Amino acid sequence: MIDVLARTTLLARFQDDFTQALLATNDAVSPALATLTAQPAFAIYRNTVLKGCIDALQANYPAINRLVGEEWLRAAAEVYVRDALPALPMLLHYGTDFADFLARFEPAAELSYLPGVARLDRFWTEVHAATSEDTLIPAALTQLASGNFFRTRLQPHAATRWAWFGSAPIYTIWSRNRSDAVVDGDIDWHAEGALLTRPLDTVQWRALDRAGCAFLDTCAAGGTVTDAAQAALEAQPDADLGQLMASLLDAGAFSRLDLNA
Amino acid sequence: MTNFLTAGLGLKPQHYDAALACSSAGLWFEVHPENYMVDGGPRLAWLEAIRGKHPISLHGVALSLAADAEPDPAHLKRLTELARRVEPALISEHLAWSTWRGAYHPDLLPFPRTTEALARIAGNVCRTQDALQRRIAIENPSHYLKLYGHEWSETEFLRELARRTGCGLLLDVNNVYVSACNMSYSAEDYIDAFPGEAVMEIHLAGHAPDPKLGDALMVDSHDAPVAPAVWALYERLIRRIGARPTLIERDDNLPAFDVLLAERDRAAAVLRGPLAEAA
Repeated sequence: MIDVLARTTLLARFQDDFTQALLATNDAVSPALATLTAQPAFAIYRNTVLKGCIDALQANYPAINRLVGEEWLRAAAEVYVRDALPALPMLLHYGTDFADFLARFEPAAELSYLPGVARLDRFWTEVHAATSEDTLIPAALTQLASGNFFRTRLQPHAATRWAWFGSAPIYTIWSRNRSDAVVDGDIDWHAEGALLTRPLDTVQWRALDRAGCAFLDTCAAGGTVTDAAQAALEAQPDADLGQLMASLLDAGAFSRLDLNA
Repeated sequence: MTNFLTAGLGLKPQHYDAALACSSAGLWFEVHPENYMVDGGPRLAWLEAIRGKHPISLHGVALSLAADAEPDPAHLKRLTELARRVEPALISEHLAWSTWRGAYHPDLLPFPRTTEALARIAGNVCRTQDALQRRIAIENPSHYLKLYGHEWSETEFLRELARRTGCGLLLDVNNVYVSACNMSYSAEDYIDAFPGEAVMEIHLAGHAPDPKLGDALMVDSHDAPVAPAVWALYERLIRRIGARPTLIERDDNLPAFDVLLAERDRAAAVLRGPLAEAA
């Protein structure tokens, strides 16, 4: 330990002490830093760092913010921040595991839908920032020889995200709270899925049934249209595959098709 | 490359449409590159659309050049790729640190200006310029804390950094004013001592007293118009060094685009006026 310290520069030691003092909630700071932390101005750095991180989480999780209110969200965010500062300076990507945090956050125990809603907020960011690539248009499928369609592999677009939520109407709760619009009416408590896409560079969303989620899961795993259709029917025997296909193409869920890949 | 730039504005998402439509001569926009380091999508499309009409400056906040560590190669690569994409007229960073031991602290943190720190920062600036294959400008930060152990004045530290690395400097006049208030030195003396030949860009912004401590602590808040005292320092600087690209920074309490444009026009008038010509 002494050897390590001997090799440490004054600048590195200063930065170790300074960063430790930034997040210290009590006076347990290095004696070397005491002359700094005793100055009222040190609070500017503490506040700026904490506020920057909390603001980022609030911006990245707007539906959670609307559901629980700003005061609750910022208090929860402070707990999160003190445990994990950003690893990257692109704050759009701060809090990627905020849903997992909410799932184990004791004060949120009774709000069992929060982690799912947070996951969809995170999906929105991923879709918003994903690679730009072409979107598969329905005409590309009509040009296929009829026998080829079922052997085709459909590649989900880089900006497509989907999930099935088996125990709560997460999509309905999220979509009602993603904007400031007031939506009245009781929520029918049922399982449902969500599909987020970015046709024409604008993030869009729609409900997705269990068959649709299974279909996309299979496509993402490299399965053919036949494989995906079988998975969809196993997940939901009454699925309308024609309507599902039309909905996925309309949403811009795929980037391309591969024959014999 | 920068001699065609006059006065510019920080680009805020709320003003994208107005910025795109604006055709003021010499207008340019500055952004934080960290906000556009995405794989694709509308953010990059917005920036490229603006870039199609106006020069862009990338003003980084996260290379952490004053940390006792090399800049994160992955972050440097992201910056290089963005620069290749938008071909900015200027690239700048800060004489400060923010990332330390893998954690990013969203602020511009201070350090004692020692000879040891100078060597480290000079190495980091060289590494950055090598990666970008161009000269960058380093900005003087705002100071709030009385740090101990400084071996260099800030103006001499920056002069030596520019000499060793060939980098340019970004002189933030508002930061000078705020720091002079907080550290009890003369802002005029600092402006007069700043190595003018290295100045590639100038920043102007608003400040405010700390909500709790009042006038005892001025904060570089970027939430108000440029103050008369900062305009006076700016005119003093231009009289000495001549016209340089000048940016109006505004991040909070955002007014309409036209209000910021009027402030920017005032800076542009100084740059083409008798003060600049006399320099």
